Order: sequence, then C-alpha cells, then structure tokens
Amino acid sequence: MAKFNMAHPGRYLVVSALAALLMFAGTPGMAAIERSPATADHSKFKSLKGPFESASQVTEACLECHTEAAGQIKETTHWTWLYQHKETGQTLGKNKVINSFCGMAVTNEPRCTSCHVGYGWKDMNEPPPGADSAVDCLVCHDTTGDYWKFPTLAGDPTYIPREWPKGSGKIVQPPNLPDIAQNVGATGRANCGSCHFYGGGGDGVKHGDLDSSLVSPDRSLDVHMSPDGADFSCSDCHSTWGHSVSGSRYQVNAKDTLGIDIPGHTDLSRASCESCHGPEPHEKEKLNHHVDKVACQTCHVPAFARGGVPTKMWWDWSTAGKLDENSKPIATYDEDGHASYLSEKGDFRHGENVVPYYAWFDGTVEYTMVEEQFDIDNPPLEINRLDGEPNDPGSRIWPFKLMQGKQPFDTEYKTLLATHVFGADDASLWSNYDWPKALQFASEKSGLPFSGNFDFIETRMYWPITHMVPTADQALRCSSCHAAESRLAGIGGIYMPGHSSNPWLNRIGWLVVSLTLAGVVLHGFARVIFRRRKQS
Amino acid sequence: MSRVMIFKRFERFWHWFQALLIFSLLITGFEIHGSYSLLGFGDATRLHTIAAWSLIVLWLFAIFWHITTGEWRQYVPTRDGLFAVMHYYLIGTFTGAEHPYRKTSKAKHNPLQRLAYLFFKLVISPIIWATGLLYLFYNDWPAVLAGSLNLEVVALVHTAAAFAMLVFIIAHVYMTTMGHTLTSHIKPMVTGYEDLDEPAEKP
Repeated sequence: MAKFNMAHPGRYLVVSALAALLMFAGTPGMAAIERSPATADHSKFKSLKGPFESASQVTEACLECHTEAAGQIKETTHWTWLYQHKETGQTLGKNKVINSFCGMAVTNEPRCTSCHVGYGWKDMNEPPPGADSAVDCLVCHDTTGDYWKFPTLAGDPTYIPREWPKGSGKIVQPPNLPDIAQNVGATGRANCGSCHFYGGGGDGVKHGDLDSSLVSPDRSLDVHMSPDGADFSCSDCHSTWGHSVSGSRYQVNAKDTLGIDIPGHTDLSRASCESCHGPEPHEKEKLNHHVDKVACQTCHVPAFARGGVPTKMWWDWSTAGKLDENSKPIATYDEDGHASYLSEKGDFRHGENVVPYYAWFDGTVEYTMVEEQFDIDNPPLEINRLDGEPNDPGSRIWPFKLMQGKQPFDTEYKTLLATHVFGADDASLWSNYDWPKALQFASEKSGLPFSGNFDFIETRMYWPITHMVPTADQALRCSSCHAAESRLAGIGGIYMPGHSSNPWLNRIGWLVVSLTLAGVVLHGFARVIFRRRKQS
Repeated sequence: MSRVMIFKRFERFWHWFQALLIFSLLITGFEIHGSYSLLGFGDATRLHTIAAWSLIVLWLFAIFWHITTGEWRQYVPTRDGLFAVMHYYLIGTFTGAEHPYRKTSKAKHNPLQRLAYLFFKLVISPIIWATGLLYLFYNDWPAVLAGSLNLEVVALVHTAAAFAMLVFIIAHVYMTTMGHTLTSHIKPMVTGYEDLDEPAEKP
C-alpha cells in the first residue's frame, strides 16, 4: 500500500471549484449544465450542529429527516456487495468475485471495506452491520472534500491524528464532522471517485478509465466531466432511483436500443451514450452506419489512462516476498517513476495512454468464481469472460483494459485462492511475506478450501472502457481500423475494407496485372527492335 | 483519303471524363482495398464515392447517347476478320505488315476492339456497378439480401472486377500506341477527326 500516494480529496474540490469559476470566462462548444438551487440549507438544521463523536452519529442526524435513505442504501450493491446476475445466474459482487488485483476482499476486511458505503464491516463472513446508523451518507454527499474514509478502518474516517501512508510521516487529521454535515449536497465526481478512482489499491490502478484526473479534467481528457465542457457529475449519467445507481459492468448495456431517454417513454436510466445522443448521433451518415457493430466508446475513447495517472497493466504476485540482505522489503521503480517491484505485491507494469483491447461484447460478463475448477493446463486463465458474437445483433465491438498477471491457485483443487494480504495479524502477506501462511489463513477465515499446495497461474481480466471521452475531433480516424496494421486486428467475424482482404484474390490479381504489364513491355520492346532492323 | 469526324464531341467528352474517373476510382479503390496508403482511408472513400456517382451519371448519359444515335451498333461483335487482327498484333506488327482492318465512321472499331469494348461494357462495368452499389448501400440491404449475401463476397467480386479493369486499361493504353505513329490512334480521340478512305460527309 505504502507506495501509492493517496492525495487528499479536498485538493481536488478546490481545483474543481477554481475550474468551475474559470468556466464562466466562456468556453467554446458546450455549456455546463446548470443545477437547480437546493431547497434546504443544511447549515440551518440544529441536528447538524454537532458535536459528533463519530460519522455514524451524523448518519443518525441525516435519518431524522431522510427517513427512508438508510433502507434504500441497504438494498443497493453499494451496500450488499452482492449482485445477482440475471443472464448467467452467478452471484457476483465484491463479496463473491475474485479479481487479478488483490484477489478477494474477504479476509482483507478493514482495508477493503474502507470503501464500503457504511461503517464497521469487519468480517465479510457476516453481512454488513445492521443498524441504520451504519450507513455512510457523507462519503457520497460531502461537498467540502474534507471527509475521507481512512484506508484501514473498515469505513470510518479517523477520529485521531493518524499517519498515512504508513511510514510517510504524513498525518491525517480527523475531519470536522459538523462542518461537513452542514455542507452536504448532491454527489460530485470527487465523491464517487474517492472509492472508484482508487480501486485496486491506488489511484488509477484498476479501471484505466477512472482515476483522480477526472476530478477536474480538460475537455481533451473527458468532454462530459470537464468543468470547461459539460461539467457532469457521475450521477448525471449514472442516474439513480431511490439511491440505486444505474450502470453496471457485470451486465453492461452494450447496445442501448431505447435511444434518447424521454420521461414517460423510457426507463430514465442515462448510463449509456445513446441515452442522450440517440442511436444516430453523427452528421455523416457513414459514421451512423457503424453503430450497429461498433460501440461508441471504441472510436470515442482512443486510449485510456490519458490524464497523467498510470494504470496497472501487469501484476505478477509470484515474485512477491523477496527481501533485501537486511530482510527489509524492496521497492524498485521504472523510468517513469512508477513502482515496478514491491516486496508486498510482486512485479508490475504500468501504462499510460494505453490503446484498448477490443472484443465483441453483448454486455454479459461471466466470472471464474473462486470455488470453480478450471483448466490449469492451458493458461492464461480468464478471470472474467466476455459474451458476444460477431453475428449477434446485440453485440458490438467494445474497448477493454486487458489486465494481465499471475496469481495463486490451488494445484490440487484447481481453483483460484483467496489471498490474505492485509491484516494486523502475523499471517497476512504484507506483514510476513509468507505465501503459504497467508493462503492458509485466508482459507480458514473465509471457509474457502485450500489443499496446502499452490502455484501461480497467468490470468487475464477484461475491464470495459467507457469513460475518458474527449472532444469529437480526438475520436479515431477511419484508418485507425481500416488499415492493414489496424488496432482491430484479430477481432474476427467482420469484413473491414482496408483491413480484411482475400490473400488469394490479391495474389492472382496482381499476378495477372504484372503479366499484362510484362506482356505490353515485351511487345513494345519487340516492336522497337523489329523497326530498327527494318530501317537498318 | 479524307478527313472524317469519327469521335463526336459527346463521345470524346464521355471517353476522357470516364478515363479520369476510372483512374481516380482505381487509385482510391486500391487504397480502400488496403494495397497502399496515399490519401488516408477516409478521404479515399469520400473521393471514391463521389467519382462512382459521377461515373454512374456519366454512364446514364452515355447509354442514352448510344441508344439514340444508334452508335451501339459499333460494338456488335463479329468474327469476320477477328483472327486476322489478332494475327497482326502477334506477328504482323513485327514483320511490317499492314493493319488488316480498314475503319470507317460506320465501323470504327476493329473486331478485336469490338470484343474488348463489349466485354468492358457488358461484363466488367456492370459487375463493378452492381457490386459497388451493394457495397455503398450495405447498411440498407433488405433482410432477404442480408441473409444470402455478405460484404466479404461483394468486396471480393468488386475487387476482382477492379483488377480486370486495371488489366483492360493497361492493354488499352498500350494498344493506342500501335497506330502508324505512336499518337495516330490517340489524336482522333482528342480532335475527333481521322483521315479515312471514305468520302467526307457532306456538311
């Protein structure tokens, strides 16, 4: 953990406020959306004056008026960390899935559950704490930027001055809860970002198209979220219904056929490009002809991790645990200053401005669950699989971040393994660098089986790319795909002029052309020679 | 010998404009095919489409002209003298023989030309035309068509016809140099007039 700088979210709010001011200086193109003024000034509520001993007491105050809010939150994936997939029948969610970053959340609770939208979830074998006051209102509704769920406290902010990152000498002060409570408001990019930008253990690590650069992006990074652009908050597209947020990467709406969402006509969910832009958004008809087979994001997100924050592309856990001659952990960095080896985590490769991996996708993602036996003889193992076919009308070519690496699996049971990396106990990988001990502990704590024999297998994981849409002039050119050396090389199942052609037609065609040319040249040559002979 | 108008003004306009369009279509077409990169795929496609529509309009006029003037008869194939002409191009031209065909304004193409141009007009061009329109309107194919045909086949046939067109042009351009002098076949296509063994038409 220690090597990832977790910048204080407050800084970003200041930056966005400044950028918002600058916006009024006038920018071309797009007008930022205006927000309706609030009907309540929360600084006028007595209940919010404090003092508060804990953030949970703030929640109690919130619930005095917002009586249904806690109940609504508890119904959502943000709370349960469970997702019932309608297509595949799999039970997913952070509670169940394994990924190729830190493996599973279970057995790493106080660290991983620091992003739970609640307080005190210390054991994921149990459901989250039941009290309504355990719901965290502030992580989403703080507008001051001073509220920060401390990374190791299972969802609470710190109530005493604490050092973070460990060993950095930087002290995080307890937040001013009455001030934060009196300044609550609608969610902004920094609120969602405080968790979603830092997935995988640090800024930009996990998604590739979500990192802190989106708190206040340029139009060239994200035209919708830019304060100089539309200045959207996440929820402008990820519209909500009773605190339930739309847009899922387990079941993506890969092809929105509802088009522009009009109240009374559609479902009012705006988490697709078509929700606002409709099914035929281009002036040039030929471009509209592409939308049946090509997702908007494929052309309009030319590369991800473009905001100056790198994303992790390769993570090899098998090399974790090497120590120097003094038995101290090692850290090495690549030429860009990004960690390339950490004793806690193994080897990494980071990427910026990464060209996506492309695949046919109908929106359904299947997972290799932790209890599932897989074919260990044919790595790499796909942690998640993308459904979709070239001939399926519901599938389109989508961009993905392809995350690769190596992670532990059980050589006997042929299953992936839960990894206990974080914890104050002496079994966690990051406290003693002992894989067998950490895996044994994870198995005992989670109840997931472990034979005691393990090795590392190469895995791949696909992360749909949909954010970081720049201005239209930065979209891909025709020749980005319609060329021999195309970024869509290998996509299969579609004839792309300029990229696909029949090699036999080319061989025969050019052979006949060459023979014709040779024939006329020889004929002409012969004419010249015979004429000279006649003349002489 | 008399100076006879052999290629009318429209015919010359049609020929040279068609030549320009076909060269544009070949250059842009083989770029779209992926053979090389010159203008960029997007611009190549736009130019190809514009040239294609222009050629279609030009052909509509040319078809009308051929029918109304009866000039279509110039392309009716004949075996009479065909082998003599072929023999001339393969052997006679080297031995100093005279061209066996005597052109008149009523029959200005020799039997081999008739065959070649007829093949150009009735085989290569219609195939390019049909597959090109299918290619262009790929997204609007009715379900019946979409179920039985795919773009790959259309592109394959279109490109094969383009190769045939390229072969035709190489041969055609070379053959124009085979008159009494290098340019004596080309000149009438520019001026319209050629000296023929027939009485000048009465004005």
